Amino acid sequence: MNDMTLMDKTVDTQNIKIAARDVNVHYGDSHAIKDVNVEIEDKTVTAFIGPSGCGKSTFLRCLNRMNDTIGICRVKGDILLDGEDIYDRRVDPVQLRAKVGMVFQKPNPFPKSIYDNVAYGPRIHGLARNKAELDEIVEKSLRRAAIWDEVKDRLDAPGTGLSGGQQQRLCIARAVATEPEVLLMDEPCSALDPIATAQVEELIDELRSRYSVVIVTHSMQQAARVSQKTAFFHLGNLVEFGPTGQIFTNPEDSRTESYITGRIG
Amino acid sequence: MPTFWLVALLLALSAAGYNGGRRRAIATAAGNVKDLHSLPSYYGYHVALAAFVPSIAALAVWLLAQPVFIETRVSGMIPAEAIPESSSIGLVMSDVRRVAEGLDLAVEQGLLTPREARNASAGAQDLRALMGEVGVALGSKVRPEALSAAQAYRNLSQNGRDAMTAVVALLAIGGFVFAYMRIHKDFRARNVVERAVLALLILAASLAILTTVGIVLSMLFETKNFFGLHSWTDFFFGSTWAPNFRGGSELSILPLLWGTLYISFIALLVAVPVGLFAAIYLSEYASGAVRAFAKPLLEILAGIPTIVYGLFALLTVGPALADLFGKGGLLGVEWMAGATSVLTAGLVMGIMLIPFVSSLSDDIINAVPQAMRDGSLGLGATKSETVRQVVMPAALPGIVGAVLLAASRAIGETMIVVMGAGAIAKFSANPLDSMTTITTRIVSQLTGDTDFASPETLVAFALGLTLFVLTLGLNVLALYIVRTYREQYE
Ligand SMILES: Nc1ncnc2c1ncn2[C@@H]1O[C@H](COP(=O)(O)OP(=O)(O)OP(=O)(O)O)[C@@H](O)[C@H]1O
Ligand SMILES: [Mg+2]
Repeated sequence: MNDMTLMDKTVDTQNIKIAARDVNVHYGDSHAIKDVNVEIEDKTVTAFIGPSGCGKSTFLRCLNRMNDTIGICRVKGDILLDGEDIYDRRVDPVQLRAKVGMVFQKPNPFPKSIYDNVAYGPRIHGLARNKAELDEIVEKSLRRAAIWDEVKDRLDAPGTGLSGGQQQRLCIARAVATEPEVLLMDEPCSALDPIATAQVEELIDELRSRYSVVIVTHSMQQAARVSQKTAFFHLGNLVEFGPTGQIFTNPEDSRTESYITGRIG
Repeated sequence: MPTFWLVALLLALSAAGYNGGRRRAIATAAGNVKDLHSLPSYYGYHVALAAFVPSIAALAVWLLAQPVFIETRVSGMIPAEAIPESSSIGLVMSDVRRVAEGLDLAVEQGLLTPREARNASAGAQDLRALMGEVGVALGSKVRPEALSAAQAYRNLSQNGRDAMTAVVALLAIGGFVFAYMRIHKDFRARNVVERAVLALLILAASLAILTTVGIVLSMLFETKNFFGLHSWTDFFFGSTWAPNFRGGSELSILPLLWGTLYISFIALLVAVPVGLFAAIYLSEYASGAVRAFAKPLLEILAGIPTIVYGLFALLTVGPALADLFGKGGLLGVEWMAGATSVLTAGLVMGIMLIPFVSSLSDDIINAVPQAMRDGSLGLGATKSETVRQVVMPAALPGIVGAVLLAASRAIGETMIVVMGAGAIAKFSANPLDSMTTITTRIVSQLTGDTDFASPETLVAFALGLTLFVLTLGLNVLALYIVRTYREQYE
């Protein structure tokens, strides 16, 4: 009996990539995230949905400690990545962010060439041994972000000169080039046309075979299409978290239902 | 009427115009302010402006033009024989002005009646004693020619002033009446005031530009005189700076330019890395508390007068360097002859420029969007990697601009080099030698007894103009670089 439960537990913890326990976030005096508990599984796409300003981006930024860069932001509670507390003093946030990559809500390409934008991460982390390997990584990443065909003839052009949607895909390419274990995507498709959106969704689906992906989205259809788990945030609270099918067809909380059916937002 | 009272009168008239304009506007709308095209106060301003602006402008022009006019008229009246051997028309004219002023004062204090003053003759009274009594000291007895000229001078100024009062008053009243009559409920007073504001702003902007043009023109004029007296090939291509007030000077800018550039180079070598690193620390690493404390401190450093830095060079840095490199110094070498050297001035000037470079760079680094840093940090880059590979390249054009601005300040700096660099013009690569710069030579050529007709003095203008062109070029280049690369992030 005892052995059985132990076995169950280890299997369980192996499956869970990130576990958040009683996370609270304050910006100065305002309480942005309230007692959030969530478990993000490995090789799964988790969608964060909720009305604007409910704290999705804030919570996402906690997962790779990007909130450290905001002076007034304080994070309380535990966030475990592979069972290790990422807010522990021994953890190097720089190392952490290499493992937990991020695509930001607003596209932010560097004022460098398209090539250098994508090669930035691999260069910093020494992922390529020579130019040929680096070229390969760059091409593969750009292909995965569905932008290769548009930029392959002008890799030396500045990344800031692309259109908004192209910039966003460039940022996705840049993030996948470092081969993170978890990819956090904050509304990656908000500036994309339906074709590019479909390609990015395809990429997300492909990434799922190896990584864990967390995606913030305002599109219910997108959440339903790409994710296996969905978390619904409202006013800083995690209202409901469960399998996507269940959240969309049979939500437990009335707030979730009204949001999904378009009554609060 | 004295000018003061005239201006006071104009102001009073404008105030009355403001009130009158308002009232009339309200009256034309039969008390219904909503019917007016503009708010009542605009009608008031309209009348006040019409009364005040043309008349005060006329007053200003008159005040500037009248003395010039009278001067030429009166100096034409003085016969050539009346100018003593050792004197000049300028000196005689200054005597004339003093006598005229003395007569005015005597009348004011009741020592002379206006009639007596007008008719006084050099022989009849002891005018010199009278002048002494009212506090105007004269070197010699008043000459009859000077006296009659002085009387003419008084006459002309009196008439001129009367005419001025009349013209100004007429303009003011005319403007008042014209504007007042124009008021009607559909009259667009608001637009008139808008145009007046625009004119005021344009006037302010053009004043600054005109002054610059004036400065350049006067320098150009004197420089032309200089090149009439001295060969330009020697100035630009000679190798020696040896002014000699008895003639036969060699006046080449090259040794001075060498000293200027050498000292500026050392200054930048100090200021750019230190200033830049300080800026990076302050904008990227320092906590809010440190920043709030350190930034003002650096800015105080920028407010220290350069003469104080000069003293620091003279009393502290120079002797310290001499103790190291001089005769019997700690290093046992004898590379430095005195306390003044290129290195002394360069180091101190570098210190002076640190806050300049750091505060400009700090602004530029802060202008790089936070999203750029987030992008880099989010990929697992460290802070210094982010600064080096993302923030710096993004801020580089601005920083280059800041460095060029610092360079142009270094080139134009005077006090530190006067006190720290020495006064010997020569070509030498040794930073421990004394050298001198363009600015210090301008000062030394123009101080003391100067005669603005000799090339030794006029060379200062040619030097100044060269310096001006040099720094202007640097500033333009700096602005160009900053502008061209700025758009990248918008
Ligand atoms: N840098 C910040 N400083 C202060 N308050 C912040 C900051 N960032 C976010 N907040 C606050 O935290 C709350 C949650 O913001 P957050 O950006 O996480 O919302 P969101 O769910 O991502 O919204 P959206 O869907 O519009 O992106 C908001 O009330 C916001 O005002
Ligand atoms: Mg957001």
